[in-house]
Amino acid sequence: MNNKIVKYVITDLLRNRTIVGYTVLLLALSLGIFMMEDNADKSIASLLHVVLFVVPLVSIIFSTIYLYNSAEFIALLVSQPLKRQSIWFSIFLGLGAVMLLSFFIGVGVPTLLYASSPSGLMLIAGGLLLSLIFVSIALWTAVRIRDKSKGIGLAIILWLYFALIFDALLLFLLFQFADYPIENIMIGISMLNPIDITRILILLEIDLSAMMGYTGAIFREFFGTGGGMSLTLIVMLLWIAIPVGLSVRYFKRKDL
Amino acid sequence: MIKIEQLYKRFGKLQVLEAINLSLDGGQCIALIGPNGSGKTTLIKSVLGMVVPSAGSIYFQGKDIGREWAYRNDIGYMPQIGEYPENMTIGQVLDMMKDIRRVPENQLDTELYEKFALGQIRNKRMRTLSGGTRQKVSACLAFMFNPKVLILDEPTAGLDPLSTEILKEKILREREKNKLIIITSHILSDLDDLVSQIIYMQDGKVIFHKSLIDLKTETATDKLSKAIAAIMSNKQAVPTVISHE
Repeated sequence: MNNKIVKYVITDLLRNRTIVGYTVLLLALSLGIFMMEDNADKSIASLLHVVLFVVPLVSIIFSTIYLYNSAEFIALLVSQPLKRQSIWFSIFLGLGAVMLLSFFIGVGVPTLLYASSPSGLMLIAGGLLLSLIFVSIALWTAVRIRDKSKGIGLAIILWLYFALIFDALLLFLLFQFADYPIENIMIGISMLNPIDITRILILLEIDLSAMMGYTGAIFREFFGTGGGMSLTLIVMLLWIAIPVGLSVRYFKRKDL
Repeated sequence: MIKIEQLYKRFGKLQVLEAINLSLDGGQCIALIGPNGSGKTTLIKSVLGMVVPSAGSIYFQGKDIGREWAYRNDIGYMPQIGEYPENMTIGQVLDMMKDIRRVPENQLDTELYEKFALGQIRNKRMRTLSGGTRQKVSACLAFMFNPKVLILDEPTAGLDPLSTEILKEKILREREKNKLIIITSHILSDLDDLVSQIIYMQDGKVIFHKSLIDLKTETATDKLSKAIAAIMSNKQAVPTVISHE
């Protein structure tokens, strides 16, 4: 890690129009929702969709594009007396910090003002974690694929997969095995998708789990306990650590 | 100062560098020339650690550079295309590099910074700069930290005649300080009064490594471009893309 690179990545990003626009968009959406809806839990349910779709989308696509646009600059850094792994990790920290900041200003602050309930806090935590996870995945795709358009394409596909396709597959599986007791397996499978984990956690907090029937009860039983919660947190942290770890390993040997 | 032993590099099926053996010493200004795609930039990038060789080793002042990074403190590199973070100003980019290099302010070489008058446009953002101005920033950065080795990839491409002269004079002065300077360029006329040795590469191999004087006497010419042309016509089949005079 190199503090100077982190600092310069952050300075560069804070002037970026997309980041400013993203923050303003999140802020407008959350303020709008909170002002129109009196019931805090209902607002959280509406905001949930913003967090589950917009945050991963912007985090992964923006980070990917930023990394490709910085390719020459990263090459220049590599030609300087710096360790490769510290360059790459610093870029992750810089990007991650800015995405966290955007989300915190855009969604975190309004939520704390209007709905600082457990569900609100869960929403903020989920959004922050999702931001980092999708930055981390972007790092991995950008380091593996040299071609910019292919890399961005893969980023979009990955987002589609986590946001939509995975759920479709899950639903298909559910209907196919409707006659079997697969609730516990469902918990395991949901761990494979950070967006699903966040959704379940927040829905449980706002007591919509009643609408999820028996599965909801199983989820409640699992995620409601301290052990289940810590396990979920570990899984989310792994979703951050594994892609970024793999990308650092690959970057050390990459030709620039 | 730099020793390269049996260096190989392949990109997929393409063999870019093949059995490169070179010994480069201080006080020399070496021109690395060859047709497009002959492996010049890959060779330079291997020395800088930007490209990881498939086989072979590179020694910098006697030490193997594999997995090392501190040796780059002694290298100033001017890339072919200098890209910097778009939203940063010239001043910020320079400050960042100073931060990274940790060279005390009084030991910095700000000659090019002054001669290119970069101070006047210090607050311009990188995205608003023309290609030539970016080159000036790159050149300024390469020389700023008084490195023992200077690696300049197409330094004069995109520079106006006046700036080219400033840069050439600077290169000559640095050469007298017993530094090793490696230049790749297709503009052979620019190299004539600068370089002392020539490395000619083709298809990833070093065809020859000679002093400029030897080369001129061998080919009985007085200009580098003519000497290279003479060599290439002897070798026949060699594409004649390098002469721009």
